[in-house]
Formats: sequence, C-alpha cells, structure tokens
Amino acid sequence: MLDQYGPILIFFVIAAAFPIVVLWLARFVRPRFNPTPEKVMPYECGITPESDARGRYTVRFYIIAILFVIFDVETVYLIPWAVQYQVLGLFGLVEMLVFLGILVVGYIWIWKRGALEWV
Amino acid sequence: MATHSDLPLLLLMTLAKVVVVLGVLLTAIAYIVWMERKVVAHIQSRWGPYLVGPHGLLQPLADALKFLFKEDIVPDEVDRPIFWLAPLLAFTLAFLSISVIPFGESITIAGHTIPLQITDLNVGLLFVLAVTSLGVYGVALAGWSSNSKFPLFGGLRSSAQLISYELSLGLAVVSVVLIAGSLSLREIVEQQRGLWNICKQPLGFLLYFTAAVAETNRTPFDLPEAEAELVGGYHTEYSSFKFAMFFMAEYANMVTVSCLATSLFFGGWLGPVFGPPLVRSLLPVLWFALKVLAFLFVYIWIRGTLPRFRYDQLMGFGWRVMLPVALLNVLGTSLIVAWRSV
Repeated sequence: MLDQYGPILIFFVIAAAFPIVVLWLARFVRPRFNPTPEKVMPYECGITPESDARGRYTVRFYIIAILFVIFDVETVYLIPWAVQYQVLGLFGLVEMLVFLGILVVGYIWIWKRGALEWV
Repeated sequence: MATHSDLPLLLLMTLAKVVVVLGVLLTAIAYIVWMERKVVAHIQSRWGPYLVGPHGLLQPLADALKFLFKEDIVPDEVDRPIFWLAPLLAFTLAFLSISVIPFGESITIAGHTIPLQITDLNVGLLFVLAVTSLGVYGVALAGWSSNSKFPLFGGLRSSAQLISYELSLGLAVVSVVLIAGSLSLREIVEQQRGLWNICKQPLGFLLYFTAAVAETNRTPFDLPEAEAELVGGYHTEYSSFKFAMFFMAEYANMVTVSCLATSLFFGGWLGPVFGPPLVRSLLPVLWFALKVLAFLFVYIWIRGTLPRFRYDQLMGFGWRVMLPVALLNVLGTSLIVAWRSV
C-alpha cells in the first residue's frame, strides 16, 4: 500500500508546496498592492457594475449536473466490469446489457422530454 | 516489497524522480507555450515571439519573470480564502495526475533498477480520471469566489462543459480497459507490444481525443474563456502569479491528456530500441516524448484551424452525439471481445 501510494503523497506535497513558495517569494520582488477604487472593482470592461454578480442563472446548469451524476455513476460501474470482463464471460455481457438497457430507456426519455436541448 | 534497510534509498529515489518529473514538466510547459505561439503565428503568416533570444527562445523565461514582478490585485468583493484556494487547487491537481504515467520501461543505475514512472498504481487509470475530474473544482471555485459576472459565467459554462464531456471520456477509456483487462497504465502499455490500441479502437480514440480537447478547454471548445464574449472566463479577476498558476494548470492538463492518449492508444513508450544498455533504457523515453509532442502539436494545429462552437452546439454535441456513440462503442467492443474469446 505505502510503496504504491507513498510516492503520490510525496508528489502531492511538492506540487502543492511549489506554488505557495513561489507566491511567497514573489512578495519580495513584486510592487506592494496599492488599491484604488477602480482597481478593486469587479471587471466589467470599464463600466461600473450595476448589481451583484451572483444573480439568477438558467436552471439548465442544474439539469446537466443531475444528468451527469446518473451517467457518471454508470461509467464508474462499467470500469470494474470492464476489468473483469474476460473472467465473467457471457454472464458479464448479459448482465451489462440489462443494465445498459434500463439506462438507455432513461436516456431516450430525457431526450424526448427536451432535457438535452439548450435553448 | 521494500525491506527496512533500503527504505531511505527508496525514499531518496522517489524524491529524485518527483523533482526531475516536476522540473521537466514545468520547463516543458514553458516551451509548449512558446511552441503554441510560434506555430499559431506561422499558421497566420506572422513571426510570433522573435525579440527575446534567438527565435524568441527566451520568451518563456521573460514571461515567468514578468508574472513574478506584477502587482497582485485582489478585488474588494471576492471570497478571500476560496479566491486563494482555487488556483492552488487547479495547479496541484493538474500536476498530480502525471504521477502514474509511465514514461519509459526502467533504467539501471549502479545496480539498482528504477522503473521510469513515479508509481505504478494498479488503479492508475482510475486515479488519473479521478484527479482530472477534481480539476473542475479549481475552475468552479475561481468563478464563484471572484464575485464578478464574467468569471461566474465562465466558471458555470466550464463546469457544465467539463462534466458533460467527462462522460464520453470515461466511456472511451472503458473500451480500452475491456481489451486490456487492467487499470494499470504500465500493463496497458505492455499489452500493446504486438499491435497498438489505435488499430483496435479507432472510434474510441476519436472519442477520447475530442472529449480530451473539450476537457482541457481548448479550441474549438474554449467557450469558458472565449475572449470575445467572456474576457478571460473564470480567471478574469486573477492577476500576477495566481493567474500564472491557472495558465500552467491548463497546459499541464494538456500534457496529461496527451500522455494518457499516448499510453492508452499509441503504445506509450514502445518503439524500436537498440544500442548499449543506457541508450536502450533512454530510447523509450524519447519515443514517449515524441508521441506526446505530436499530440500537443495537433492541439495547436486544431487551435489554428477551427472556429469556436456555439454553446448550445457544444452541449448538444456532448450529450446527443458523443454520449450515445461512446455507449455504442463500449457495447461493440464488449461484443467483439466476447466473440473472440468464445
């Protein structure tokens, strides 16, 4: 376990430390942050922002997120199945056909309901 | 298994490998940016960087210094902790996935055989998929914490795009796993000794590469940072080295997906080897690097050639073309594998 995942931990620590160290070192060479009202304003091509940025946005993003969860779980199921596929033989094939069949019915339904249209 | 006595040696070796890989990767990224500017410039009949060093070869160095010497502007209304966390997250995760990529067979130094890979995880492929999909947090958090309209829209668009194309990416990879029967990248490469997977999975490769281009936010799928409509997308409010971190993360992701494409479909480090032992162990690294470089060139070539998608086209393509085709590809592959084993 450790000889497989240990190196990843080392890699992670170094990869995380590098940007922090550089950011810290850059403090000594970059000019001090000198805020002016224009500089600290949210950037909107030079126009003063009218309202808060976090307004309402289209519900389609949520629908996409929900659909993603369904299909991603499916992909996650497929991965162990694919690794063991040649061991499972015909049983594995039929099992997965049933699983995918149910999923495809759902997929056709969401397509028909227009969840995949982006108006 | 490592015995107690050679644990320090193992640690030292890993540390050395990590430092070398990170160093090479950072340098490579700097010069990929140079290559991109040069290639796109030549496609458009321009010269590209020319003034800093011969043929602009020192340009990446100048850019890096400039990033360091710039004032670090933090707008007033941002969520400070998240605003700081997002670039760190993007950077670290983009680099982390490189740790399971095998870039050569092994090298023998002073009687020790060192595999040319930071660690050979038995679920390596799954690890890469997991870490690259965590990358969406960097983008989404950056867009959200900036509290500004352009970054917010960029972040939202980007998250939706990343998760949509991740499905096809995952399914394209599943069909390779079906053939290989393993998730270890080293084993997958070893199995391509006879025939590269591109011959068995041409459609799978096409799906993988299209999804990978979308996953890395590159043209023609670069809507999250479409300069003409969203200024810079999720990193509009970032300046100085924090911006550089997003920039490097993006290129590191490009390198990762190119490495993965090479390992999964183009036989990884496999290629003709000859000569004395040292050359014999270094040649595979060269083959690997050349294949990855070819992929990166194709990336830049695509950027210089294709216009950008419209957002509804992008989502429609991902959900109504890529997903069903990827599912059919998995189905077809499983049928062929079953038929051949009967």
